[in-house]
Amino acid sequence: MAETLIKVENVSKKFCRNLKRSLWYGMKDLGSELLGRSVCNDKDLRRDEFWAVENVSFELKRGECLGLIGRNGAGKTTLLRMLNGLIKPDRGRIEMHGRVGALIALGAGFNPILTGRENIYVNASVLGLSTKEIDKIFDKIVEFADLGEFIDMPVQSYSSGMTVRLGFSIASRLNPDILLIDEVLSVGDRPFRVKCYNLVAELREKTSMILVSHNMGEILRVCTSVMLLHQNKMLFFGDTQEGIDFYNSFSDLKEQSFSVTSEGFIFRNIQIDPQKLTGDPKMKISVVFESPTKIHDCIIRFPILDELGTVIAEWRSSNHNLFYTIQRGHNTINVEINNLNLRNGSYFLTFVLSPIDGLRYLINVHQVIAFKVAMGQIGLSACQF
Amino acid sequence: MLKAMFRDLIAGRELAWQLAVRDIRAQYRQTVLGLIWAFILPLANTLTWIFLSRSGIVSISDTELPYPVYVFTGTMIWAIFMDAVNAPLQKTLAAKQMLAKINFQREAIVVSGIYQTLFNGAIKIMILIGTLLFFGIYPDWGLICLPMGIISLILAGTSLGLLLTPVGMLYTDIGKSLPLLMQFLMYLTPVVFPMPTSTLTAVIYKFNPLTPLILSTRNWLTGFTPVYLSYFFIVNALVIALLLVVWVLYRAAMPILIERLSA
Repeated sequence: MAETLIKVENVSKKFCRNLKRSLWYGMKDLGSELLGRSVCNDKDLRRDEFWAVENVSFELKRGECLGLIGRNGAGKTTLLRMLNGLIKPDRGRIEMHGRVGALIALGAGFNPILTGRENIYVNASVLGLSTKEIDKIFDKIVEFADLGEFIDMPVQSYSSGMTVRLGFSIASRLNPDILLIDEVLSVGDRPFRVKCYNLVAELREKTSMILVSHNMGEILRVCTSVMLLHQNKMLFFGDTQEGIDFYNSFSDLKEQSFSVTSEGFIFRNIQIDPQKLTGDPKMKISVVFESPTKIHDCIIRFPILDELGTVIAEWRSSNHNLFYTIQRGHNTINVEINNLNLRNGSYFLTFVLSPIDGLRYLINVHQVIAFKVAMGQIGLSACQF
Repeated sequence: MLKAMFRDLIAGRELAWQLAVRDIRAQYRQTVLGLIWAFILPLANTLTWIFLSRSGIVSISDTELPYPVYVFTGTMIWAIFMDAVNAPLQKTLAAKQMLAKINFQREAIVVSGIYQTLFNGAIKIMILIGTLLFFGIYPDWGLICLPMGIISLILAGTSLGLLLTPVGMLYTDIGKSLPLLMQFLMYLTPVVFPMPTSTLTAVIYKFNPLTPLILSTRNWLTGFTPVYLSYFFIVNALVIALLLVVWVLYRAAMPILIERLSA
């Protein structure tokens, strides 16, 4: 039953770094296209060109949802645009079967001077609906967008969230076979986001979906498989959880960590033992930092984050009647956490030092160190007790 | 290829209509003068030339029509042609964001431009006819052929505009030099001057493919019998052939242009 709707074979695309040269190459490509010489024969990179997407292959059946993850500039959007037929691949082949819907440029074609109501007709036509079809679903669109009296106001007076709402309401009525979604689900307020997720869930059975997102939770919830693009190459294709783990494992911890410190405080170092919890749920932590003054009764906290960056638990010294006196200059503090009952997986620690009132940070180093848990605990929640 | 082109053209007809309605609405909503903008430019042009000829700064040989009527009809018809030339590049540039992100029938943009030109052209024609009646010039049965003249002008303008669009999308030089080019072209066509008699200019005027289009349209409008009728049909055949060629070019160019515009 489930037929293959998307088939991508060794697709590559090159881009040019320099605008002037890019335009000139465009002229050349135009010329060779018109002379019937295929642009694709020109396989080598010209000066200032690079592969924006290199050698990507995959297939997708109806009912499957592929999550596309990777850093900014990894080639995700370029791949989507090729799938959407907007630009041609320089190498390889793309086969798409059925109506393609794209939740990419929501509200493209909106004229700012016209009202939301008037724009619905234009935008829906651009997306491929006939006037008759639009008449039929018009009320549903207005209802879904839920803009109240704004629907009769010019679109230029809309907030960006409202524009996206209207755009999404229109685009989501398309009944596509293939749906391409590029980082749009996360805009809009919470009730609207819930609406979007419901709609996506509804469409999932009927379509092949490709979702670009930086929200790993979203990918985990929705997708049946993921593709990881890194430096324009396909680095991983397969199971969702595995893909996300892989993505997290090679993204450098230093790039995720950031710190907020009060003046004069310098964070030096943190060490944990063990780095992988296997037997006892115990961990020794040693922190080194410098302080400009002597401060009595400081509190130390270690928020624990899961691999998606959500705080799932926190160790706080005041809960254990531990208060520290910070010396001027070099300080080393050792802490032992005893019952770290976590599910198997990877986690991060954040280190926070604050005065007793707890109202401000002296030092706050976000995601300063990673550790793994393999004590055999499984379950829905990260925190098991 | 041709089949796909016509299929897209037909599939995009509703979209073209919607786009045209959108643009026409938006065009007039943000103005105070409204419809006056449709003919204010040719009117200014006419007044300039009437002034120039009355004051004797330029001497213009006699026309069969009263000169003011000759200039006014000429510049109005020329304005329709110019609208048609400008439309493809202007519309395609305006739709850049849409083109870069949504896959739809690209023909719809060009067709919506034609619709808009037709709409603005209709306003001009109504004003023209009103003016003619005021001057006591009564069109005859030739008026039935007028739409043919207008449509030929618009098709010719569209082919020319569409020809420039692919390169014009890449380099803004085209869009910037277009008004200059059109100004020059206007003086090579019997718009404000009657057909000249001196040898060299007469040859240029005669072979200018726009001459029969402008003259025939004007003749139909003012109740004269067109003189260059056979040339008119030859030009039309050429225009249709050119239109097909530039249409193919436009289609082929689109993916390349989109890639360069938003890379």
